[in-house]
Amino acid sequence: MSDDMTATMIRSNQRFALRGLVPWLVFAAVLLILPFIFTDGFSFTLMNAIGINIVFALSYNMLLGQGGMLSFGHAVFFGLGSYAAMHAMIAIDDASYAGEGFWAHVPVVAMPLIGMIGGGLVALVLGWPFCRRAGTAFAMITLGLGEMIAAAGQMFPSVFGGEAGIYGNRMVGPQWFGLELAQAADVYWFIAFWTFAGVLAMWAFTRTPLGRLSNAVRDNADRLQFIGYQPRNIRFLVFIASGSFGGLAGGMAAVNYEIITPESLGLIPSGLALLMAAVGGLGVFYGPIVGAVLVTLMNSLLSDYSDASILYVGLIFLSIVMFAPRGLGGGIEHVRTAYREGILARRLPGWIGGAAAVLLIALGLIIVIEMMFAGHGGGDTVNVFGIQFQAGGATGWLAGVVALVVGVLVMRATRKNREVNA
Amino acid sequence: MLEIILFSLLNGILYGLLLFMLSSGLTLIFSMMGVLNFAHASFYMLGAYFAYTLGMHTGFWAALILAPILVGVVGSLVERFGLRRVHVNGHVAELLFTFGLAYVIDELVQLTWGTVAVPYREPDYLREPLFTLFGTDYSIFRGVVILISILMFVALWYLLKKTRVGMMIRAALTHGAMVGHLGHNVPRLFMLVFGFGCALAGLAGVIGGPLLATEPGMAATLGPIVFVVVVVGGMGSLPGAFYASLLIGLLQTFFVAIDASVADILGIFGLQIDPYGEVARITLANLAPMTPFILLVLMLIFRPRGLMGELEP
Repeated sequence: MSDDMTATMIRSNQRFALRGLVPWLVFAAVLLILPFIFTDGFSFTLMNAIGINIVFALSYNMLLGQGGMLSFGHAVFFGLGSYAAMHAMIAIDDASYAGEGFWAHVPVVAMPLIGMIGGGLVALVLGWPFCRRAGTAFAMITLGLGEMIAAAGQMFPSVFGGEAGIYGNRMVGPQWFGLELAQAADVYWFIAFWTFAGVLAMWAFTRTPLGRLSNAVRDNADRLQFIGYQPRNIRFLVFIASGSFGGLAGGMAAVNYEIITPESLGLIPSGLALLMAAVGGLGVFYGPIVGAVLVTLMNSLLSDYSDASILYVGLIFLSIVMFAPRGLGGGIEHVRTAYREGILARRLPGWIGGAAAVLLIALGLIIVIEMMFAGHGGGDTVNVFGIQFQAGGATGWLAGVVALVVGVLVMRATRKNREVNA
Repeated sequence: MLEIILFSLLNGILYGLLLFMLSSGLTLIFSMMGVLNFAHASFYMLGAYFAYTLGMHTGFWAALILAPILVGVVGSLVERFGLRRVHVNGHVAELLFTFGLAYVIDELVQLTWGTVAVPYREPDYLREPLFTLFGTDYSIFRGVVILISILMFVALWYLLKKTRVGMMIRAALTHGAMVGHLGHNVPRLFMLVFGFGCALAGLAGVIGGPLLATEPGMAATLGPIVFVVVVVGGMGSLPGAFYASLLIGLLQTFFVAIDASVADILGIFGLQIDPYGEVARITLANLAPMTPFILLVLMLIFRPRGLMGELEP
């Protein structure tokens, strides 16, 4: 009998393991298909940036989402990892001229590993005093650390290259897999590989005992101490792991952009990591991926259409913190859970109503904001999704306000729908 | 030498007082609500810009009163309709909210007033010298700023220690729930304190704008330093914030003023190194922007509760 049961368990376990594979296959397929859909140079530049930001945002979420440590200095690891990779790339360049030495045999495609080692070492050296406490103290000290390193970056030009930064050439050293790394399209395969590897490794990390303990230290550090684990040690280890993956993203950036400046160590890129992770959702593993894709797309595409593009990103962040603390990923999980429990059909009307309301409010806000700042961009028409409004004219304001009011009304009207089914 | 010391002392105190005007509001808000307001320096920036725009219509002195009030109102609204909603999700959510707020305010300021500095200046008659020492003028405006700061501190002290509202605030700091049970409206008190703290930041902006520069980066330059002041002084301690403000103000001003390089300083101790090496060439003036953060890191390593804080953050 017991044999029978074990056999069933093994079989169900296998089925479970196969089901776990599906997202990874989909992810790999998407990475493989994308370059055949978007073939122009701009898309490749954008996709490369998205890949880097995915790894960056996920590494940040190891700290904040999984370890409960709010950091304002994560770009230190990204930037210093990037610097390490860039110096290695320069060393490869020099060594391949001479044709000998250790660096002459290192391929540029391995640079993210150098970045990873660099980021991890920095976290190892700096981290211990910071990991005593999580929460506000950790946030402040990482903020100070970031500002300090960014200021130091200006001070040592031989390492950081001063204001202009340092730059290298990725078409040096031995080629692996026939990747010449000349065009953005070649670099895409490099980025895609490391994005996949990085995401997989970070997911695997959440399955390790350390990954589980990092969740425990987030949820209840005191209790963890009673069981016999030092919260500080665990925070420190998570800090190192997160710094390493931040450095990995930095190494990818070094190869992709071929330039790195001290600015990439400061508060602005650190804030970007936080923004991407929080928009996507801190509680879900793939949340930061969603956030990285969305924020990177918005940052680079919106600026063509609107002067206020950064404002929109900020507003999205604010409204997510206020109204949907679980982020976009949390929303997706919500729908999935409902689907699995078979109550999706019952809950859908309320959700669709809510989504429609959010879209209407967003449309109203966009019109109002564009009308407000119409004078700055020059030109006297305001273009919102192809609809032209006279700058300063009553129709634009009216349209904006109407959309806002209707949105709020729809929100009110469908609220009952969401509550009854909840 | 005496000239440098004297003027650095005066300027350092001035800068320190400005820092305290910012950090006092931040400390008050933190000790009451447990929120470290990331957008505090953005309210300081709003104060400067409001005063610039208002000043064109009403003149400097009216703007000095009106702009902080306006900033205070904006702050209260933010607390009432934003922060209060986020409060239930814990301190990290609050910190995220104020971070996003800083982002949005900075962007709104850039969209409204442009990305370059605006010509916000004190009135001409305040630019006359108050006194002249060693051939260097000290303007009336600087004297006025010191006077305003001291007046503000006296008013703050009076408010907290001698009035009924101050008593309620002090009680709510330590026993918020009890004050609520006694029938006081604690959420409204929170809103008022938040608005008041923002108004103090706005006041700092009104007088800091002409002193430093009124530009969209002003929040990002001063913001992290104000956090350092609050942490170094001890989270939630007003006297601590005061001493830390003066300490950092003086440190930074003296570092800028003393034009000695690392090689020079080592030379005093009899160590001769190559004066053109990369480390040796760094001057104290180069180090000035880093001093607050070095102080912060040292403080958190050796005395995590800060100068006068009672608890570790």
